[in-house]
Amino acid sequence: MVHSDETPGYVSYLDYKGKYTGIRAWILSTDHKRIGLLYLYAITTFFSVGAIMGLLMRIELIAPGQTIMGPQTYNGIFTVHGIIMVFMVVIPGLSVVFGNLFMPIMIGAKDVAFPRLNLFAWYVYMVGCCLAILSQILRHGPPDTGWTFYAPYSLQTGTNVIAATTAAFVLGFSSILTGLNFIVTIHRMRAPGMSFFRMPLFVWAIYATSWIQLLATPIIGITLMMLIMERLFNIGFFEPTLGGDPVLFQHLFWIYSHPAVYIMILPAMGVISEIIPTFSQKRIYGYRAIAFSSLAIAGVGYLIWGHHMFTSGMSLVAIWSFSLFTFIVAIPSAVKVFSWVGTMYKGSIDLKPPMLYALSFIFLFMIGGFSGLVLGGLATDIQVHDTAFVVAHFHYIVFGGMGYAFFGAVHYWFPKIYGKMYNIRRANIAWAMTFIGFNFLYFPQFILGMQGMPRRYFDYLPQFQTGEVISTIGGFVFTIGFIMMVYNLIMGFRKGEKAPANPWNGTTLEWTIPSPPSLENFEEMPVITTDPYNYK
Amino acid sequence: MEEKSSHHEEPRDDFAAKMGMWLFIFTELLLFAGLFLVYSVYRYMYPTLFHQAALELNVTIGSLNTVILLFSSMTVAMSLTAMQKNNRKLALIFLALTIFCALLFLINKYIEWGAKFSEGLYPGSELMLKLERGHLLFFSLYFFMTGLHALHIIIGMVILLIAFFKIKKGTLHIGKYMLLENGALYWHLVDLIWIFLFPLFYLIT
Amino acid sequence: MNVIESHITSYKTLGKVLIVLLLLTTITISVTSYNLKLWNVALALLIAGTKGYLVMTYFMHLKYENRIIRAFVIMVLLLFILIFVITFLDYLYR
Repeated sequence: MVHSDETPGYVSYLDYKGKYTGIRAWILSTDHKRIGLLYLYAITTFFSVGAIMGLLMRIELIAPGQTIMGPQTYNGIFTVHGIIMVFMVVIPGLSVVFGNLFMPIMIGAKDVAFPRLNLFAWYVYMVGCCLAILSQILRHGPPDTGWTFYAPYSLQTGTNVIAATTAAFVLGFSSILTGLNFIVTIHRMRAPGMSFFRMPLFVWAIYATSWIQLLATPIIGITLMMLIMERLFNIGFFEPTLGGDPVLFQHLFWIYSHPAVYIMILPAMGVISEIIPTFSQKRIYGYRAIAFSSLAIAGVGYLIWGHHMFTSGMSLVAIWSFSLFTFIVAIPSAVKVFSWVGTMYKGSIDLKPPMLYALSFIFLFMIGGFSGLVLGGLATDIQVHDTAFVVAHFHYIVFGGMGYAFFGAVHYWFPKIYGKMYNIRRANIAWAMTFIGFNFLYFPQFILGMQGMPRRYFDYLPQFQTGEVISTIGGFVFTIGFIMMVYNLIMGFRKGEKAPANPWNGTTLEWTIPSPPSLENFEEMPVITTDPYNYK
Repeated sequence: MEEKSSHHEEPRDDFAAKMGMWLFIFTELLLFAGLFLVYSVYRYMYPTLFHQAALELNVTIGSLNTVILLFSSMTVAMSLTAMQKNNRKLALIFLALTIFCALLFLINKYIEWGAKFSEGLYPGSELMLKLERGHLLFFSLYFFMTGLHALHIIIGMVILLIAFFKIKKGTLHIGKYMLLENGALYWHLVDLIWIFLFPLFYLIT
Repeated sequence: MNVIESHITSYKTLGKVLIVLLLLTTITISVTSYNLKLWNVALALLIAGTKGYLVMTYFMHLKYENRIIRAFVIMVLLLFILIFVITFLDYLYR
């Protein structure tokens, strides 16, 4: 039953007046929806900064030799680009924005299990971000180690490594708290009748992701602590001259950072599992398969970190095992793609902007995924490790994957969040520009990488210039599309038509409440009697 | 338009709080797991040097600390039992005993570390850097792991102290004692970590 | 849901567990005077593991706790073991 916003007493959560007024009503609010928006605005800002860093790199790479910056600056820029994008945008990303905004609603709850902890986690996140900014401006200069902080260089460089690693540590703590909150919420606050197998697939995705956030992040926490201690006190863990093993740093680093990529992609896949049934007006194909595949990806994802280290000098036994399990983890992802396509088959497809983003997700994610297999194969990896091929791979998977899912989620849930609708035609045009730009930006990198263009180099041999120029042009085309997208959404917020409660004819709980929702989401506690996605 | 009141008074969910505490405990376990991993790798690489370095540690103080912590684990559990039986006075006594044990542990640690510092053995010292590599790694691990552990003892103490004063004030009682239960769980975690630290540093002789 | 504890661990049980823990501690200390090569490590870890099991089962009340918490604990321990084993696939065979 759809509850109308004409119900007496209805106040949108955006207008709700509680104990505080003005800005304090937002930064002191424990409402999961407001917290989700606080994260959204922060993340959009940091993404833009990180994207500008990316564009600066693209300008530098438009010609061999020094174009606009020297090598030290370039090293600092790709490092901060990575730190911002990985730790401040993509890892928190979908979880803290849409997990906060919609997971409680989708299970019929009025908030998360620990609302004050939720707000606290946002503050911890912001402190982490400030520390990261600090690392750029403090006395010793921005770190130049790459976001991966490999020893022994990270032990020896004079730059602000300690500030940056402390920032990452604090951001990790925020991630842990959010994961903890979401796990307890999903276990304890589902509405009557909502068994685990009646939860929407986005909730399953958030559940699996939250476990990774909880269990993997402490490892990077302690590793960064070790790095800091080593810089301060020469404790010797990773310094070869003191008896340490730099490869051990890589192990510890990737034991977190590989599962971290599943923190990035699982909620993204969850979003796609929501959009596809809605815009096919059809029940999802393979619900249980998709649910279990999320858990399988989370689980197997812990066992394959060494595929980032094939050329580091690990034993043959280790690299064989890592390669084998890397191929295995592709299987549950394939299960999802198969199920999504199976959902669309004989469905009533509506190519609205969310669906365009979902479909392009599948295309871009598959390219990224297949290139991952090239990297997962030991012999082929030797050729392309540390080249632009890797850069293309992870941008297709993370940016094309998580990024496009994020854009799709914004366009899908925008009317619910703000109660307004954006201009569909302009959204489609923006999508097309970003999609074209994206592919011109990154596809040449695959070829350049195979031809031998190294990554993290500010200079290159002249034969690579054509590819680099195409890539740079693609970057700017994408940026124009992105600006169009954001402009369109802001216009929608300010002047858009009022949106109904269920503009897309979705079946999950968020579409049964007014747009925007009231403070406590539901007038009365919903009772669940059917599976989600129960289209006739 | 009538204003909705803030979140309805919902029945409190104590199990959610307990689950949350267990989840947090997992993160602490994994934090130390990283250090145990580093220890294992370097012990595997430098077995003789680790064995030699361990001889420098005082097994008596280590064993005493182990006994103190095990005993304190029992007393905090007894404090919880007393609270569950609505015996406020006994709960306070056992809690006080636990906190006292924590203090003893820290004093012992202070003595131990103090002895090492006075010999010139501390992270970053000239002496450390001149040691055999296996010895250096052993002591780096020793200071890092026991130091991090001591930090957790302090955190645990603070939580238990807060519980203590809440019981005295009456805001922690048989109808609402999750802070004590969760604080006790945290304390057991601290004990658990030491149970593994102790043999790996003091008893590899 | 306010938890009115269905099971309260008796003082006697807690005391008995402590005694076993102290016994195990004594054993693990005295065993170090014998040189059993690799078995020293194995035994130390076995005893520590047993002590840990007792602390979790009785002091931390896991024995009487909801099954879900026990499932979580097992999952975390499994993860820990896997990470160890896989890392040593590198170091053991270099």
